[in-house]
Amino acid sequence: MSLSANDKANVTAIWKKILPKSDDIGDQALSRMLTVYPQTKTYFAHFADLSPGSPQVRKHGDIIMNKIDDCVNHMDDLFPYLSGLSDLHATKLRIDPANFKILAHNLLVVVAAYLPNDFTPEVHLSVDKFLQQVALALAEKYR
Amino acid sequence: MVAWTDFERETIKSIFGKLDYDDVGLAALCRCLVVYPWTQRYFGNFGNLYNADAIRANPMVAAHGKVVLNGLDKAVKNLDNIKGTYAELSVLHSEKLRVDPDNFRLLADCLTIVVAARMGADFTAEVQAAFQKFLAVVVSSLCRQYH
Repeated sequence: MSLSANDKANVTAIWKKILPKSDDIGDQALSRMLTVYPQTKTYFAHFADLSPGSPQVRKHGDIIMNKIDDCVNHMDDLFPYLSGLSDLHATKLRIDPANFKILAHNLLVVVAAYLPNDFTPEVHLSVDKFLQQVALALAEKYR
Repeated sequence: MVAWTDFERETIKSIFGKLDYDDVGLAALCRCLVVYPWTQRYFGNFGNLYNADAIRANPMVAAHGKVVLNGLDKAVKNLDNIKGTYAELSVLHSEKLRVDPDNFRLLADCLTIVVAARMGADFTAEVQAAFQKFLAVVVSSLCRQYH
């Protein structure tokens, strides 16, 4: 399910609208993941406060979202670009890759809520494929 | 038996009370057929599903979206016995329609996204949790009679 030229164009276009709200969207996506899929909290036992909007959650949402924003500029070389992060996730963080899908879903929900008219089924398809590729690149070094 | 909090019951009824079933049914099913094109395998007799515009304009997709939402309505009205309410529907989907149950989850995800788009900021994390719990129970009940 690799990215077509159309997919890349769709992702680039909608990300121009996502970028100005990137911090809020990232925070929302991570908070929702922790609320709606509580099993994901198991990866954040070291956070003092896991309530939605807490400073640690917000900061972590920023980190993740900023990286996803960068990935939009690296759609042609995602796997090399994410190589180091993949090492980190594989050897240190060891997050079950099923959770990448869960976070992606919550990101899609937030984008739909913020940009209902732009997030058409066609754009949704492209963004879903993009996030799936990001997830694959992140899981590349797992085994 | 599923344990629903008062917040969950009120939230689910409130969401469905505000939804236009025709609009949301079409939007959710259309999104599912576009984003997960392999789901089109179950709709061979629907005619033109060649692209998103065709799917959006297809009257059979609209009609079926309505069927699905009205089916969900039954669960909303029988929150304490969704399993029983869906027993026959589960047999239908497994024996006659032969739908891979993973597809229920795909449609549920699309419906969640459509509702998020309709509700915007009102679709808070807690509201999303209640809505997705409801859909998870629906999906589980539909899977019940598969063997």
